[in-house]
Amino acid sequence: MAQTSNVFKLAVASGKGGTGKTLLSTNLASFVSEFDDVLLVDLDVEEPNDSIFVKGLVSDVHPQYKMVPQWDVARCDLCGDCVDICNFNALVNVGKMIVVYENLCHSCHACSELCHKKALPMKKHHVGDVSVIKSQNLTLLEGRLNVNEEQPVALINNVHSLVNQNWSKYQIFDSPPGTSCSMVASTGKCDYILLVTEPTPFGLNDLKLAVDAAKLMKRPFGVVINKYGSGNKDVEEYCRDNGIEVLGKIPFDISIAERYSKGELLLDKHCFRSVVSSLYNKLENIRISQNG
Amino acid sequence: MDSIREIVVLSGKGGTGKTSVASSLAYLAGKEAILADCDVDASNLHLIMGPDIIKKELFYGGEVAQIDIETCIQCGKCKEVCRFDAISFSAGVHTIDNLSCEGCGYCSRVCPTGAITMMPRLSGEFYISGIRNGSQMSHAKLFAGGENSGKLVATVKKNAYRMAKERGCDYLITDGAPGIGCPVVSSLSGAKVALLVTEPTMSALHDLKRVLFVVRRFNAIPLLVINKSDINEAVSEEIKIFAKSEKIEHLADIPFNTAFVESMGKARIVAEENQFLKGIFESVWEKAKEVADSSVQN
Repeated sequence: MAQTSNVFKLAVASGKGGTGKTLLSTNLASFVSEFDDVLLVDLDVEEPNDSIFVKGLVSDVHPQYKMVPQWDVARCDLCGDCVDICNFNALVNVGKMIVVYENLCHSCHACSELCHKKALPMKKHHVGDVSVIKSQNLTLLEGRLNVNEEQPVALINNVHSLVNQNWSKYQIFDSPPGTSCSMVASTGKCDYILLVTEPTPFGLNDLKLAVDAAKLMKRPFGVVINKYGSGNKDVEEYCRDNGIEVLGKIPFDISIAERYSKGELLLDKHCFRSVVSSLYNKLENIRISQNG
Repeated sequence: MDSIREIVVLSGKGGTGKTSVASSLAYLAGKEAILADCDVDASNLHLIMGPDIIKKELFYGGEVAQIDIETCIQCGKCKEVCRFDAISFSAGVHTIDNLSCEGCGYCSRVCPTGAITMMPRLSGEFYISGIRNGSQMSHAKLFAGGENSGKLVATVKKNAYRMAKERGCDYLITDGAPGIGCPVVSSLSGAKVALLVTEPTMSALHDLKRVLFVVRRFNAIPLLVINKSDINEAVSEEIKIFAKSEKIEHLADIPFNTAFVESMGKARIVAEENQFLKGIFESVWEKAKEVADSSVQN
C-alpha cells in the first residue's frame, strides 16, 4: 500500500487531545535522526508545538494561501446566482453588494467560474505559513494556521503537497486531535497510522472513534498507550479483543511530564528511549512488509 | 437579569482538563445551568454525566455528490471542475469518493445530463439528555471523518439555549474543543466568559496565547485556571505573568492529583469524589458566575 517505494509516511494521531502525539512524534523523529535523514511534519496547524521540542534554524518560510473569490463591483450585475451556487454561505448579497466571507469559503471555484459576468475572479488569501526548520538530520516542516482562520484543511492539504516533492524517506506526520475532516486530511494518505492513547475511559472512548476513522480511510494502524500504569486496563483489553496491535507503552512517570513541560526531548532517559527504540523496530518491520 | 449567561471552557491544547472542569462546574451548578458538550469530535462528558437520552436526532452536515450510473455519459466534466480530487475515473465509470467530497455541488451544476444529485450527508447525531445532577445536557456525536463540526456545535448550542430558557436556567456551561478552528469559533459565539484551562507546559502556554486571540475576537471575558500547576512551577509562574500582562483574572491553581483519573474510572465527576478539589471548583464557579453576571449588567 506504500505510496511510493522506499518512502514511509507515518501519521501520529489520536482522538483525544493531550495524549502524547507531539511527545511521541518529536522523540521518534529525533531518534531516527541519530542514524538517518528524517522529516517531521507538524500538521496540528491550529496549535503546532513540535518546534518547541525540535530546536533548529528556520531555513525557509513558505506563505500558504487558499483561493477565494473577490467581488468585482464594475462587472457584477447583482443577479445573485453566486449566492445560490455557494453551498457554504460564503457569499451574501447585502443590498447592492456581494460580501465574501473568506473564512467560510472552501475554494471550490464554482461561484467564480459559473459567474456569467466573470465578476468573482479568484485571488490568493493568506491562511498561514509553513516553516522549514533544520536540525542536523532532522527537518521539521511546521504548518501554522493564522489565528484568525477557522479552516485548517486547506493548509493541511498544502503542507502534504509540499512534502510530496522530495525530502527524506522517513516521514512522520504529527496530526491534529479529533476524528473529523482535519484528522482525515492529515492521515488519509499515510502508509500507517499510530494512534496514541491513554489508559482512561476518555482515552478509550476517543481511541474507538479514531479506530473507526482509520478503518474508514482503509489505513493500517496500531496503538501506543501513553501514561501506562495510570488509569485502568480497559484500553489494553479493547485492543486485545479487537486484534489491534499495541506497538508501545510509555510508562506513567511524573518526571516525563516534567521534562516535557520544559520543552525537552527525552531520549536520554533510559526507560523512555527503550520504548521509542522498540517502537522504531516494529515500525521498520511494518515498513519492510508494506514495501514487499 | 433574564438573559442566559454562557461560560465556555477552552484550552487551545488538548488534554489539559477541560472536561473535568466543565463537569465539576456543572455538578456544583446543578439545576442552575444546562451543560453543553461542544467537543463533538471526541466528546467525553457523557461518560461521566450519566446521560439519560430524552431525545435523539440525526445530524446532516452539508451534502455529498451522488452519480446516477444510468444517466451518466462518462463525459468527465465533473472530474474537471472538482477541486477536491473527489471524482475518479476507472474501469469506464466515474465515481465519487465520499470522504474527499466537500459538498460544494459544482459537479452537479456542470453535469450535462443531470446525473449528479447532491444528497444530504448524514454525519452525526445530537441528543438532549437528563443528567445525574438533576439538570439536562445537550450533546452530540460527529461520525468519523465528519465535516461541518462547526455546524453541529451550533446545533448543540441552540438546543442548550432553548433548554436553559425552558427550564429557567441562568447559566450554560459549555465544554469546548481543543484548537482554534471552526468548532472552537462556533462554541464561542454568544459566550460571555471563556474559562481557559491550561497546564504549566511550554506547549500549553503557546496554545493558550493562540486561543486567547480567538476569545478576544468574540469579546468573551477570559478567565484562567492552571491545572496540574505543580508539574512545573517555573512555567506556572510564566503563565501567571502572561495572564497579568493580558489582564486575565487567574482564578485557581489545581495541583496534580490522581483523583482526576480515578474519578473518571468510576464514571464519576472529580468534584463529587474529592473534597479538596470540590473546594477549588466552588470558588472557580462562584467567580465565573460573578464575572458572567457583571458582563450582562454592563
